[in-house]
Amino acid sequence: MGAGEEATGDGCLTRVVSARDVWKSYGKVEVVRGVSFDVEEGTTTVIFGPSGAGKSTLLRCVNMLHPPDRGTVFLRDIDLMKTGSKISYYRSKFGMVFQHFNLFSHMTVLGNVMIGPRVVKKIPEDQAKAIALEALEKVRMKDWRNHYPSQLSGGQKQRAGIARALAMDPEVILFDEPTSALDPELIGEVLQTMLDLANEKKTMICVTHEMGFAKAVASEMIFMDEGAVVETGSPEHFFTNPTNERTQRFLSRLTELYGRHESGK
Amino acid sequence: MAILRVYGGGVGRLFVSAYERVMRSIPPLVLIFLLYFGIQTTVLEIPGFFAVMLALGFCSSGYQSQIFRGALESVGSGQMDAARSIGMSRLQAIRLVIAPQALRFALPSWANELATMIKDTSLAFVVGVAELMRRTDYVRAATFDPVIPFLIVAGIYFLIVFPITRAAGTWGQEKKRLVTGA
Repeated sequence: MGAGEEATGDGCLTRVVSARDVWKSYGKVEVVRGVSFDVEEGTTTVIFGPSGAGKSTLLRCVNMLHPPDRGTVFLRDIDLMKTGSKISYYRSKFGMVFQHFNLFSHMTVLGNVMIGPRVVKKIPEDQAKAIALEALEKVRMKDWRNHYPSQLSGGQKQRAGIARALAMDPEVILFDEPTSALDPELIGEVLQTMLDLANEKKTMICVTHEMGFAKAVASEMIFMDEGAVVETGSPEHFFTNPTNERTQRFLSRLTELYGRHESGK
Repeated sequence: MAILRVYGGGVGRLFVSAYERVMRSIPPLVLIFLLYFGIQTTVLEIPGFFAVMLALGFCSSGYQSQIFRGALESVGSGQMDAARSIGMSRLQAIRLVIAPQALRFALPSWANELATMIKDTSLAFVVGVAELMRRTDYVRAATFDPVIPFLIVAGIYFLIVFPITRAAGTWGQEKKRLVTGA
């Protein structure tokens, strides 16, 4: 493993996720309007844009938590819209980290991380525990394993949330604004964890406004507005010469708000 | 009932909410008479005990369904999303994630409902079931003293119900902790 560097073999990267013309509406509101993108193995894709742009909904379409109305998503060569009752199995190949953590509040940190391997993968108790502890080690939360979510800080909760996703050994991890609900001084520890994962060549799709993070690890950035992709490109492209006027406006607004970049280190 | 109401889709929701509405709008006493005399005269002889049990059961289930519905809804959709995101089926999510939390939310109100129902058992008196109230009345009739026996029976009800409402209070504190820590 670990051969996910830039160009493997014939220079073709392996596609892990491909969204194809994804549409989704809630009631009469079209939230996502024909979005397509590809995510290569071992890369980090950052999706950003104003609130209400449909980023979170798009993420939920990707793992079929809220299946799209039209279009489809491929996980490698599997069409997720055609998996029928096996969708839960394929969904477990996507880890998901939520803005509001969504830890199971009646379970300890260890319980939260163990339950996936235990119940979904049917791994025996002691092995599941070992897997969970390894995941917790990775996010530096092992010492907190016997605490309940209510006893943790936001940053700790989010790292536990990341561990819960990691314990399923997912092919891709989806991050839905993982730092937006955190106090500024807690953002760093979560970003650091995400940077570690990116450097380990985990495949990640992150909805985030942390431009420092994007600059450091994103190989592809997607700017969305009003349910559609406005512009895509590398971080260099976005930070030096974004072509679209809307992108420019949004990025300058971000810098105005946050000042010089929060590096996450 | 509550699971049907929250996750059961259109028909389930309609049925349960109609059921709840009816059961909560009828006084338990009317229900007892209806079941006791109604069934007695039309279908078959049923002992008063069963009539009362059924009536209170129907009545209370209307309230309990409401309580658990509120509890299920208060768990929040994020928990369902999270459970399903790690690959759980909807049923697994309800069983392992939603229900255990909802139960904790529901306990205080549920204990109150239990207390109410215990007190309502005194209504069985009217159809001749020899429950606590009726026995007390026998004593009153025998001793011609209306005060002491009823004071004693009040004390007995208190002793049964007090620990329950007390527990409800403690569980309420627990619930508050759970909510703030979500």
